[in-house]
Amino acid sequence: MSANTFEAPLVADLSSPAPDAALKDVRVGIVTFPGTLDDRDAARAVDIAGGTSVPLWHADADLQGVDAVILPGGFSYGDYLRAGAISRFAPLMSRIIDAANSDDALPVLGICNGFQILTESHLLPGSMIRNNHLKFICRDQRLRVENAGTTWTADFTSGQEIVVPLKNNDGQYVCDQTTLDMLEFEGRVAFRYVGHNPNGSLNDIAGVTNARGNVVGLMPHPEHAVEAGFGPDSTAQGQVAMGEGTDGLGLFTSVLNTLINGGSRA
Amino acid sequence: MARIVVDVMPKPEILDPQGKAIVRAFPHQGITAFSGVRQGKRFELEVDGEVTEEVLATARHAAETMLSNPVIEDVVNVSVIDNSDSAEA
Repeated sequence: MSANTFEAPLVADLSSPAPDAALKDVRVGIVTFPGTLDDRDAARAVDIAGGTSVPLWHADADLQGVDAVILPGGFSYGDYLRAGAISRFAPLMSRIIDAANSDDALPVLGICNGFQILTESHLLPGSMIRNNHLKFICRDQRLRVENAGTTWTADFTSGQEIVVPLKNNDGQYVCDQTTLDMLEFEGRVAFRYVGHNPNGSLNDIAGVTNARGNVVGLMPHPEHAVEAGFGPDSTAQGQVAMGEGTDGLGLFTSVLNTLINGGSRA
Repeated sequence: MARIVVDVMPKPEILDPQGKAIVRAFPHQGITAFSGVRQGKRFELEVDGEVTEEVLATARHAAETMLSNPVIEDVVNVSVIDNSDSAEA
């Protein structure tokens, strides 16, 4: 690289005081399954957003009192049987499913493989099958936030666009026509691919939410676009310096702010 | 030892990208007789004792709840293979 073109620090200073102590009190559990890859990135995203990440192990039965849960990306159980199919039966998943469906409405975000686990768990409708072109795809992807009313999208505005990495093999979202009509009618498409449908997903769907908005799943990776120097080379506004894109941070600030500002959990 | 075979296929209305790739590759091998391919999965469940009606019911339950995803797949066969290794019951 030639002369410095930007001044941003290459590593966020996590030792500096949290901008808001209330944010720091929000504890977000990150579940690790055998074969999970992106748990540390997801934990770092939570910490950079100002919250406190809590590592959770799939075989445990204790949610450790976390206020929200993220199921990160990767290839849990090597995608054996179907992506997410075996992880869905982990002891901790039973607790997460109960908590997500309870009156407390535990916020749950599934990213990539985590999204696949959520559909296998029937917390979210539909399923993901092999990309229609059969190739693993890795690229920076433009998305439109279609529903800014969920726990995980509240810091965005509806129609706002973001750019985050996309990297997967089984990313083609499918469901039956009745479910598709229901998702569209109820505004439950949370994210949609913009400009190019990378995998053949129905209606360009990149992410969906449950009816209450506490459970959200998406295939692209917002946790890889939270820290200047390590993100995409562009944002929704266009080209930026290399790695400077941080459009994904909004998902993580959304859950923290929602939980503080009259979230359903006391 | 007996085995129970479970066959799972993608639902007819769901696109099968793998099957599509296979049928497109056939002509490269000079195979032109087939107009379509759909790729499914075969599971063999080993049973140490006798395959009772109860064991079969458990196999059907496993097939519906874990071995297949009803959103995208159908269980098209649950049947027993006996010890002789040749005949399907």
